[in-house]
Amino acid sequence: MSRGTVIDLCYLVAAIGFIVALKGLSSPKHARRGNLLAAAGMALAIGVTFAHAGLAHVGLIVGAMAIGVAIGVPAARLVKMTAMPQMVAAFNGVGGGAAAVVSITEFIGTDAKTVATYKVLEVIFGVLVGSVSFSGSALAFVKLQELMPTRPITYPGQQAINGAVGLAILGFVLAILVTSSTALLWVLLALALALGVIFVLPIGGADVPVLISLLNSFTGLAVAASGFTLDSNVLVVAGTLVGASGMLLTRMMSVAMGRSLPNILFSAFGSVVTASGATEGVDGRSVRAGTAEDIGTLLAYSRNVVIVPGYGLAVAQAQHTAKELADALIARGVHVVYAIHPVAGRMPGHMNVLLAEANVPYEELKEMDEVNPEMPITDVALVVGANDTVNPAARNTPGSPIYGMPIINADQAEHIVFLKRSMRPGFAGIDNDLLYDPKTTMLFGDAKDTLQKLVSAVKKA
Amino acid sequence: MTNGLLELFTIFVLSAFVGFEVISKVPSILHTPLMSGSNAIHGVILVGSIIVLGSAHTGAEEALGFIAVILATLNVVGGFVVTDRMLHMFRPRQSEPPAETRPEGEDGRA
Repeated sequence: MSRGTVIDLCYLVAAIGFIVALKGLSSPKHARRGNLLAAAGMALAIGVTFAHAGLAHVGLIVGAMAIGVAIGVPAARLVKMTAMPQMVAAFNGVGGGAAAVVSITEFIGTDAKTVATYKVLEVIFGVLVGSVSFSGSALAFVKLQELMPTRPITYPGQQAINGAVGLAILGFVLAILVTSSTALLWVLLALALALGVIFVLPIGGADVPVLISLLNSFTGLAVAASGFTLDSNVLVVAGTLVGASGMLLTRMMSVAMGRSLPNILFSAFGSVVTASGATEGVDGRSVRAGTAEDIGTLLAYSRNVVIVPGYGLAVAQAQHTAKELADALIARGVHVVYAIHPVAGRMPGHMNVLLAEANVPYEELKEMDEVNPEMPITDVALVVGANDTVNPAARNTPGSPIYGMPIINADQAEHIVFLKRSMRPGFAGIDNDLLYDPKTTMLFGDAKDTLQKLVSAVKKA
Repeated sequence: MTNGLLELFTIFVLSAFVGFEVISKVPSILHTPLMSGSNAIHGVILVGSIIVLGSAHTGAEEALGFIAVILATLNVVGGFVVTDRMLHMFRPRQSEPPAETRPEGEDGRA
């Protein structure tokens, strides 16, 4: 067998590894093994690439990889669990950027006069989609990191600008197809970067996870396009796998939120209307704030308590304290479960991960559908740093941006206790009527502090 | 040449079907790890980046290839490390009696 054949066979093995890995990642039992298998396939694919005949600049390659490892590993290891979503966005963005740069570099290296039109089209696709994924992910990172407002951002003439950018891109694509001009390709790259930004701007913070999944799928397709350009089977297989499974995953995520994908991507204008509707509810209404002692007593003498954790719990790193409170209550014979909304935290599964870290037994974690029928017989719904996931507007207010999203029916419990830092609205940026409900008691403060106070109050009660 | 294109296109179509079929009914707790895992897999663009830098002829190609390799490496290592940290929480034997067990608390609690 020639060296080329052996290399291609190794790529095939790597591709099989990726497929089996994706299969494993979709079941809790085999997820970890799946990830390790994908990593092994990746190591094989990268290693065997160095065996290509006539590979030059090996020193430069190794140097660049060393830089990537030196930045990437500490960044991925040191980031807090709460910041995982934005890290996924960041690592997805650089992948899209790499795909765009690979496509454009390969194009520079070929003779523009003799290149076939379909080759140019592959390059254009790789540059366009890769760049959109790069700048879109970067903006998603900025939003999730709360370096800018997480609300949907709209401005006058938005649709006109979107249309103009879209038309300009279409024009440059045609021009590049005709002229095969590298200079025009750079302009297209700049326009695509702009498109990524204006595409993400109007998407609200709560929807960003779905957006990241979509951009992840885009990057896969950009990688597949680079694979066409480079005649590389493994790039086409792996990129297309991610592109296709990513589309499906994006759909599953939007279904979990009770929304359609077009609604998530293009509904920012609707939120402007409802924002004004929400503000009129705010004025003149008062909330009831309680003391830790009152609430501790209420909890200690309840039969059924449902803890509804949200992003505030994650930010305060309060998962251990939440478990402490649950244990104190269980020790008194109170029945305690955690109600996990599918998108509690910032991403599906985020909350399960945090609570598992605090050694909360699996049986105490209830999914939304399991816990909702029990809400009417629940004495206290203790909402820790959650807001949108218990907002009854999702059931009652057609036209609200979150209308139709399945929620945990905390409002049906006999008492509702909110542990919250302030009256600030949640991630979706809309007001929550439940805060003003007569059955509701607020305890303001950092989730960890207030939970700690509740633990001692329960122990004293 | 067009044969080569057809071959790649065949691979593309079949891979798309595999991608759709291979994941089905993912429980919502695995949505994020699955996204993160597939994010790592498209880091395979590192293979393309290495080939591009390894066959660069001009300074401009070298510079672009160099950037591509850095970006793609970030994608690969970041993607796998982040996914592994997420999945670390799904270790089996989580259902043993909780209280006294103190697992190695260094990873993931930073």
